[in-house]
Amino acid sequence: MRGGARVRTLAAAVLALLLAVTTAACTGGGEDAGDGTIRLRFLSLAWQKESVDANRQLVREWNAANPGVRVAYVQGSWNSVHDQLLTSFEGGEAPDVIHDASDDLADFAYGGYLADLRTLLPERLTSDIPRASWETTTFGEGVYGVPFLQEPKVLIANRKLVESSGIRLPTAERPWTWDEFRGVARELTRSMGKGRYAVAWPLKEPVATTLNLGLSAGGQLFHREAGGKVRIRFGDGDALVPDVIRDQVNEDRTASRTILGSGGSDALPGFFGGKYAMVPLGFSYRQQIAQQAPEGFEWTVLPMPVGPGGAVQGVSPQTLSIAEDTRHKREAAAFIDFMLRPANMVRLAKGDWMLPTGNAALADPALRAEKDGWAVGTALARGLRSAPAQSVRGYPEWKDKVATPAYQEYYSGAIGERELKRRLERDGNLVLARYQR
Amino acid sequence: MTRTAPAAPPRTRELRRAFGRAGQYLALAAYLLFLALPFLWLLSTAVKPAKELGSLHPAWIPDQPTLENFRQAFDEHPLLRAAGNSLLVAVAAAVIAVLVATPAAYVIARTRGRSATLATGWVVVSQAFPFVLLIIPLFLVLKNLRMINTLWGLVLVYVVWALPFALWMLAGYVRAVPRELEEAAAVDGAGRLRTLVSVTAPLLAPGIVVTAMFAFIIAWNEFFFALVLLKSPEKQTLPVVLTHFLGAEGAADLGPLAAAAFLATLPSLVIFALIQRRITGGVLAGAVK
Repeated sequence: MRGGARVRTLAAAVLALLLAVTTAACTGGGEDAGDGTIRLRFLSLAWQKESVDANRQLVREWNAANPGVRVAYVQGSWNSVHDQLLTSFEGGEAPDVIHDASDDLADFAYGGYLADLRTLLPERLTSDIPRASWETTTFGEGVYGVPFLQEPKVLIANRKLVESSGIRLPTAERPWTWDEFRGVARELTRSMGKGRYAVAWPLKEPVATTLNLGLSAGGQLFHREAGGKVRIRFGDGDALVPDVIRDQVNEDRTASRTILGSGGSDALPGFFGGKYAMVPLGFSYRQQIAQQAPEGFEWTVLPMPVGPGGAVQGVSPQTLSIAEDTRHKREAAAFIDFMLRPANMVRLAKGDWMLPTGNAALADPALRAEKDGWAVGTALARGLRSAPAQSVRGYPEWKDKVATPAYQEYYSGAIGERELKRRLERDGNLVLARYQR
Repeated sequence: MTRTAPAAPPRTRELRRAFGRAGQYLALAAYLLFLALPFLWLLSTAVKPAKELGSLHPAWIPDQPTLENFRQAFDEHPLLRAAGNSLLVAVAAAVIAVLVATPAAYVIARTRGRSATLATGWVVVSQAFPFVLLIIPLFLVLKNLRMINTLWGLVLVYVVWALPFALWMLAGYVRAVPRELEEAAAVDGAGRLRTLVSVTAPLLAPGIVVTAMFAFIIAWNEFFFALVLLKSPEKQTLPVVLTHFLGAEGAADLGPLAAAAFLATLPSLVIFALIQRRITGGVLAGAVK
C-alpha cells in the first residue's frame, strides 16, 4: 500500500513538473514586441560551418546597422525545404525572406506565393547579375528570386594519376570533347590496372546532371511550343551525354558500375583510395575533398568535357526570395540587397565553396586563386545557363516519377535508348499535360 | 501399424541437445550482433577524424579516435536545447496518449455491438491516410487554435497520431484480463470507473508501459510535423536539427552528423533498458497469477 501511494505521489509530481516545464517552454518568445520594430524571418539553407557562420555574421551586421528592422536567422534544410515551404505558404506562415534553389521556385511562383521582385530590387543588384542568371528565376512575366550562388559540374581529378598517364589535361579554354573524354578514360583505366576506373559517375540523382551537361551537346529536351506549352522531345543532342555515360559503364568499362546509384560523398573514399581517377562533382564538393583528403593526396579541378553546344552547362542557382504574404516587402528587399553586396556575396561564396552570380563578386581576387581550383570555376562561370527544366511546371513530378528511374535503368544497361526515349517523351508529356491545362 | 525409429542412446541424445543449445546461442549472438551493427558503426563513425571518414577501407576502430565530431556538433547546432524540446513533447505525448487511450481501449474491448465495431474500423481506416495529405488541413486547424509554433500544438498532433496505435495495443491487453475479476469487483459494489482504476488498470500496467514507450519513440523520432509546425529555431526538435547537417544532393557533414545521431538514439536505448525489466516482470507476474 505504501508502495502504491509512493508511486501515485511520484506520478503526480512528474506530471505537475512536466506541465509546468512544458507550459514555460510553450510560452514566451513572441514575434512582435509592439515597439514598432519590424521583425523579419530569414529561412537559410546554409549548412556547412563556414557558410552558416557567414550567414549568421551578415544577419548580425544587418541587425546592428538596422535596429528598426530585426532579422531572425532560421535554419532550414535542403532535404525538406519544399514541403516545409508549401505548408507554410498554404498556412499563411511563411518566412519573409526565403533561401532556396531556382529549380524549386516555379510552382511557388506560379502559385502566387512569392513576391515579384522587379520593382523591389535596386538597380545596382539587378545590373550586377547577368541576364542568364536572372532567367533562372524568371517565370512568366515576373522575377521571383535573386540568384546569388551557383556551381558548375567539374571533374575533380587525382593529380598524380592523370599527370603520370601523359594525357593532355584540359583547361577552361581548351576542354576535352566528349569523344576525347571517352578516349582518355580508356587510356587511364588501362594504365590504372584491374579493379580501378578512370571515372566514377555518382548519379544517385541523375536527371539534373544529365540535363545540365546535355546543354554542351546541344540537348534541350524541353521545347516550348507556340501557345507557351512545353513538350518533351528527345533528340540527338539529348542522347550524347547519356550515351557516353552508359558506354563508359557498360562497354568501355572505364566507369565504375557500383558507384552509379550513389551520392557524391559516397564516391570520395574510392577517389582518395586511388580506385577512381576522376569524379564529376559539383564545384562545392571541393570543401569536403579539402577536409577529408588523406595527407599527401593531391587533387586538381578540371572542366567538364564539351560537345557541339560549346562550353555551356545548366545550373540552378541558390536564390533569395520574398514571400508574397509578408507585410514588409521593401524591408525584406533591402535586407537581400545588403546580403548580396559584392563583398558580402564573396563571403557567402567562399563559405559555400561556390561561385557568386554577381559580376563584381566574381572579379574578386580571392575567387580567382589557383589553389583549390577556384580559377577553373570562375573561368567556367561565363558558360553557365539556366537549367533546361528551370521554368517547366511539373518538372519535380516528371523528374521523380519518370526521368529518374528511366535514366537509372538506362545507365545500368537495363533498357536501351528507344525505351529511354519512349518513357521520357510519352510518360513525361502525360505528366506535364496535367500541369498545363 | 506404424514403425517408429529406434531411440538414440542417451549419450547421443545429450550430445545432440548440447549442440542444439550451442546452435541456439550462436544464432542468438549472431542476431544480436546483426541488430547492434548499425549502432556500433554509428559510434565508430562518430569518433573518427575527418581524414579517416574518407578512407576506402574504413576500420571499425579508428586509428586516432577523437571527440572532435561531438564538439563540432554541439558548437554548430543547439543539440541540447533541441533534445530538451524533443524530450518534453515526447514525454507529454506519451503520457496524454496513454491517459486518453486506456479508458477508450477498455470500452472498445469490453463493449460488444455496432459502435465498438465502428470504432475499431475507424481506427484501422484512420491509419490509411498518408500524413502528407493531412498536414495542410492540420496546419490550418492548429493555426486557428493559435497553436502553430508551440510545443503544445506538436504534442496535440503526436497524441492524435499515436492514439489509434495506443488504442489498438491497449485493447488487446484489456481483452487478456479475465472478465471474472471485474465481475467479482462488481459483486463487491465497484462501479465501471472504480473497476477500471482499481482492478483492471494495475493488471494493464505492463501494457500501459509498453504503449507509452512506443508513443514516446514515435514522438521522439518524428520529423515532418515538427519541421512544418515549429517556426522558431529555439523550439525545433532533435530530428529537425539533425537535418541541418545535410546539404544538397546527398552531401553530408558526416562526422558531426554521426555524433549527433548517436546522441539522439541514446534516450530510446536508456528508456528501453530501464523499462524492459519491468515489462518482463509484469508479464511474468500476470502469467503466474
